[in-house]
Amino acid sequence: MQLTEYIREARTQKEILLMTHLVLGYPDFTVNREVIWQMVKNGVDLIEMQIPFSEPVADGPMILKANQESIDQGTTVRQCFDFAAEITSQHQIPFLFMTYYNILFKYGVEKFLNKAAKIGIQGLIVPDLPPEEGEEYLTLCKKIGLAPIMIYAPTSTEERMRQLADHADGFIYCVARRGVTGKKTDFSQDFSEYMARCSRATDLPLAVGFGISNREDVRFLVGKGDIAVIGTRTIQLVNERGAAAVGPFIAGLR
Amino acid sequence: MNRQGYYGAWGGAFIPEVLYETFRELNIAFQAAKADSSFWREYIDLMQSYSCRPTPLTRADNLSDHFGGARIYIKREDLNHTGAHKANNVMGQGLLVKRMGKKRVIAETGAGQHGVATATMAAKFGLECTIYMGEEDVMRQRPNVFWMEKMGATVIPVTSGSRTLKDAINEAFRDWVSSMDGTHYVMGTVCGPHPFPEMVAWFQSIIGLEAREQILAAHGELPARVFACVGGGSNAMGIFQGFLNDPSVELIGVEAGGHGLASGQHAARLAGDDGSAGVAQGYKTMFLQNDDGQMRDTHSVAAGLDYVGVSPILTDLWEKKRVRFAAATDQEVMAALELTMKKEGIIPALESSHGFVQAFKEAGELNKDQAIIINMSGRGDKDIFTIAHAFNDPSWKQFIINKGKEYATD
Repeated sequence: MQLTEYIREARTQKEILLMTHLVLGYPDFTVNREVIWQMVKNGVDLIEMQIPFSEPVADGPMILKANQESIDQGTTVRQCFDFAAEITSQHQIPFLFMTYYNILFKYGVEKFLNKAAKIGIQGLIVPDLPPEEGEEYLTLCKKIGLAPIMIYAPTSTEERMRQLADHADGFIYCVARRGVTGKKTDFSQDFSEYMARCSRATDLPLAVGFGISNREDVRFLVGKGDIAVIGTRTIQLVNERGAAAVGPFIAGLR
Repeated sequence: MNRQGYYGAWGGAFIPEVLYETFRELNIAFQAAKADSSFWREYIDLMQSYSCRPTPLTRADNLSDHFGGARIYIKREDLNHTGAHKANNVMGQGLLVKRMGKKRVIAETGAGQHGVATATMAAKFGLECTIYMGEEDVMRQRPNVFWMEKMGATVIPVTSGSRTLKDAINEAFRDWVSSMDGTHYVMGTVCGPHPFPEMVAWFQSIIGLEAREQILAAHGELPARVFACVGGGSNAMGIFQGFLNDPSVELIGVEAGGHGLASGQHAARLAGDDGSAGVAQGYKTMFLQNDDGQMRDTHSVAAGLDYVGVSPILTDLWEKKRVRFAAATDQEVMAALELTMKKEGIIPALESSHGFVQAFKEAGELNKDQAIIINMSGRGDKDIFTIAHAFNDPSWKQFIINKGKEYATD
């Protein structure tokens, strides 16, 4: 609930919010630290930090590579927790964890969620955990006060969306198109109909992700969603031009 | 099964939301086919006219005499069209694809047998076909890649992760999340999200149904033990299903021991102590993973067994102690393969040879009135490059060198 209120409050000031994404430990934690600082300073409203997993099935080539290289360099779940604790204590915006279910499962779902809450994480995105498989996770999130972010896809029926909304908190992550992360989205008429369907199915704020890379994309989402999600584009930017390029890029999005 | 798609604590469907609707439709189509007796009849007709079913159960007298114990019988899945049990599953899913009206199939492949079978099915049924195959497997199974391409399939080498079977599965899923409307993913083994384990086990049950009838006819009673190699576990599930309700029949799954269980370089999820419960590739089972839940690299001389996970159905049967698990090392596999060729004139695939290893270890413990069955999941001549290399065969090497020279001067 806390996260939802933050988003609603922020929306009274801004017509669209920005959520960014990064893979922890890629290229390394020092760069992560600098990138987050750049993002926050330039007005990003929420940040999702991905704990790398060896089998990131929902991610495209860029984030897949980031996951792999992070793990190859020895990134551990424990390091991710330590880093996240440091970050949440230094920045005032909400931070979320994004990861795959096995990371929670192996750590112990309850232990993982308690630890995440304790270090100031506000919600989680777990793309391979549908509510049918996530009973324990959902019950614990509620009890502990973490927002379990549910995902809508263009293939979701309105009935399915309502069902997902029953389990959701914080906001809904609306995947803008089919496929994996990082490909360009065609913001067509179909998309507007899809967003209208999302709005009908839930009262929660809507975040829109997959393939948003410039100011025009963000402008287009105004009035349709509440949060524009920038994922692959900033990872690419850091690779090509370094962490310092992130600030001006973010500043130019709104 | 209790909850949908669960076998004890194992299985489930850990799928991204974008595939929810696709799986819902697949479940409906599969359950409808399963309930329709004409579907199974159509399947049997197809397998009899296109794939040599029923495959024989061969009595291996020379091997039996060599070990001086149980009578050894070999279930000849190698005699399927395309040379392995994979055809059973693929042709079944092909019929399902026809029912669903989809026009394209995708598949992962390890050893390449499932890829070849899928490409064959796609050619026969007029479907477009893309096969994902780990780059490492493309290297070691070149002849299969050749046939897939010749039958019109596109083979995409997967360069991510460990570049083996698990990475090919990830890539196939990545294709499917954008192509699901017209594309069916032909999962090759009894793994992955529900309903795949149930579906593949159902099509493969044809092995066990035949084997039970054949052993009763040939031996007059049930076998004492049944051996099968286990990668994902589809050939094992296939033959085991014929005997699950016969408590007197001991079922033994044989995993890849690689360089030995102590070396860490193996693919033994259930034999030994290296496997632990996890959730990946859409299902819950015992995986080879580290303490953080990152999947480990596996090793086997047999590409088809080189996999981090194992069927949730087999994990449940293992936990219930209905199926016993053992591991065979690369070295033992080569010895068993050589013996089988010399004694019986039969060339099992490297994968299948794992089952032979354990059967040979145990045959002598039993008496001559007892029978054992080894499921020979595939033929080994497809592995000629790997096998010849493993035997370090000098004349083969010279042949390759000469061929290389010949092509270099073209």
